[in-house]
Amino acid sequence: MKIGICAKVTADTDARLSPSADGGSFEFSGKSVVGPYDMFAVEEAVQTKEKHGGDTVVFTVGAESDVLSQLRGSVLALGVDKAVIVEDPALANADALGVARALAKAIEAEGVDLVFCGKQAIDDDNVQVPAMIAGLLGWAQVSRVTAFAVDGTSFTATRAMDGGIKQVVSGNLPVLITAERGLNTPRYAKLPAIMKAKKKPTERRDLAALGLSAEAVAPKVSTSAYGSPPERPSGKIIEGDTDTVVAELVRLLREEAKVL
Amino acid sequence: MSGILVLAEHDGGAFKKSATELIGKASELAAALGTQVSAAVVGDAPAASLGAAGAGKVYQVQGDHSSYDAAAMASAWKAIVDAASPDVILASASYVGKDALPRLVALLNTGMGSEVTELRAEGGAVIGRRPLYAGKLYADVQISSSPAVFSVRPNSFPQPGAGSGEAEVVTVSAGAQALTTVVETLQPTSTTADLTEAERIVSGGRALKSAENFDNVIRPLAAAVGATVGASRAAVDAGYASHSEQVGQTGKTVNPTLYIAAGISGAIQHLAGMRTSKVIVAINKDPEAPIFEHATYGIVDDLFEVCPRLTKAFEEL
Ligand SMILES: Cc1cc2nc3c(=O)[nH]c(=O)nc-3n(C[C@H](O)[C@H](O)[C@H](O)COP(=O)(O)OP(=O)(O)OC[C@H]3O[C@@H](n4cnc5c(N)ncnc54)[C@H](O)[C@@H]3O)c2cc1C
Ligand SMILES: Nc1ncnc2c1ncn2[C@@H]1O[C@H](COP(=O)(O)O)[C@@H](O)[C@H]1O
Repeated sequence: MKIGICAKVTADTDARLSPSADGGSFEFSGKSVVGPYDMFAVEEAVQTKEKHGGDTVVFTVGAESDVLSQLRGSVLALGVDKAVIVEDPALANADALGVARALAKAIEAEGVDLVFCGKQAIDDDNVQVPAMIAGLLGWAQVSRVTAFAVDGTSFTATRAMDGGIKQVVSGNLPVLITAERGLNTPRYAKLPAIMKAKKKPTERRDLAALGLSAEAVAPKVSTSAYGSPPERPSGKIIEGDTDTVVAELVRLLREEAKVL
Repeated sequence: MSGILVLAEHDGGAFKKSATELIGKASELAAALGTQVSAAVVGDAPAASLGAAGAGKVYQVQGDHSSYDAAAMASAWKAIVDAASPDVILASASYVGKDALPRLVALLNTGMGSEVTELRAEGGAVIGRRPLYAGKLYADVQISSSPAVFSVRPNSFPQPGAGSGEAEVVTVSAGAQALTTVVETLQPTSTTADLTEAERIVSGGRALKSAENFDNVIRPLAAAVGATVGASRAAVDAGYASHSEQVGQTGKTVNPTLYIAAGISGAIQHLAGMRTSKVIVAINKDPEAPIFEHATYGIVDDLFEVCPRLTKAFEEL
């Protein structure tokens, strides 16, 4: 079995974001990490390999200079065998479909038949790329998975749907799975593994190597007018003893906010 | 323009609130753009009834689709989109809207704006505004290809006034096969609205100190005001509430009209999941807690004193 992981290096959750004065762009300060949901995907791939054998390969679209150290430290050091980094000037402004197209081609070229993704990237919060990859490849997909097992060429996955409903679904490989929190507990990298990860192969591919043209990944989504969240009018602290504040809160909710 | 198509979701034949919410918003956009609103229904549901919300035509793929599969749903929608050739598609950012919709977008070779909270018509096009970086940043998204696809966070727009009239129903056939089989459906233990669709939410944090307190203080308060229970990650990690109840960056993103946070400090990752709530009430004994910066109404007091009294006051309404 050949197992793939799609992992994106993004700004960490506590990064500071500052939109430019004209809203045309923004800057972030803080560290970069492999997305937290992608870490569940990495762990699941490694556990699947430990149970059934096979090769694991992580795919990312990004600049090698930005992503390599995170991929080594957070993905290869946890037991993934190899990294494929797709980098091309035409992908610099790619939208989700452009990224998905590049990843789908890279996945196809590696002959992978099981792919784990994070349920979402924590920068763009798009929740688009994995389903697009599955659509482009014509594969089965199961999103927000909290339990997964593979047996020969068939799989079973439990997905967390809306309303607290969970469903167990089954099907045959190839399949693309997106990881929800709770799927597993990601391990920590140990020093020897970190050292070993430095020697693991990383391969860089451009669009031509994947048989894609720049037009094929041209963005259709444009993002502009970056700004901070809308300010809410500063809140009201309700003063008084407990009985008074409770009565006043109920009055405000009914008469001022009109939500009761 | 050949119109705005709303992908209307239903639960075993009952349309979700998001379906009429989106048709209402689509009608407003369509009026500004001088175009029409239609809806797409997959499965057996009373399609014609969407006329009352403002859909002129409803395209329906009939048959039992209660066993959900992303590939089958995306190709049923694709068949409808091919028949309707809309310029704009609106859908809910529900499980299905996050799972099957991007797959449809790939099949249509177009672009999508996810989880928008605002939509406007400008220069003959529809522009969405959406949070990113867990709500720390907002931006406009515009799609240069057709159809332009947007998923909308539930409860972003008001429900349309109930109209009358039946929509014209056009039956569409779709042949695609499901690639997965549903083996088992596990229902949640609670019967209240799902967090992501809930109009009212009462959440508890680490301050509850035990699962027992959470059950005795937070759950009755929620029940008294018809709210769904939520929790901070600290409360979930400590075992006071279940993971499906977690609100925040690694939990659910919610958008209720009323969000009551009791004993929650207001960490950025919690705010990420609830900051678009219309009215936020914070109950915390620390006046410096960051949650107060985001609260519409704040009570600086012990939650174990406030919540039982508030429960009683809500019960008496
Ligand atoms: C990658 C990542 C993802 C995360 N995702 C999430 C997420 O999805 N959701 C989430 O919630 N958090 C998330 N967190 C955790 C987040 O950073 C906070 O640690 C968490 O939200 C704190 O929960 P809390 O407010 O309940 O606890 P605390 O921060 O400990 O706050 C407890 C509050 O209760 C108050 N209090 C104590 N006793 C009383 C009393 N008797 N009456 C009234 N008030 C009282 C205190 O003053 C305090 O403000 C994430 C963190 C990381 C790093
Ligand atoms: N540039 C990328 N490189 C590799 N994987 C990605 C990339 N962007 C998104 N993904 C994968 O798709 C998931 C969802 O991302 P998104 O659709 O951006 O929310 C992520 O958790 C990754 O698994």
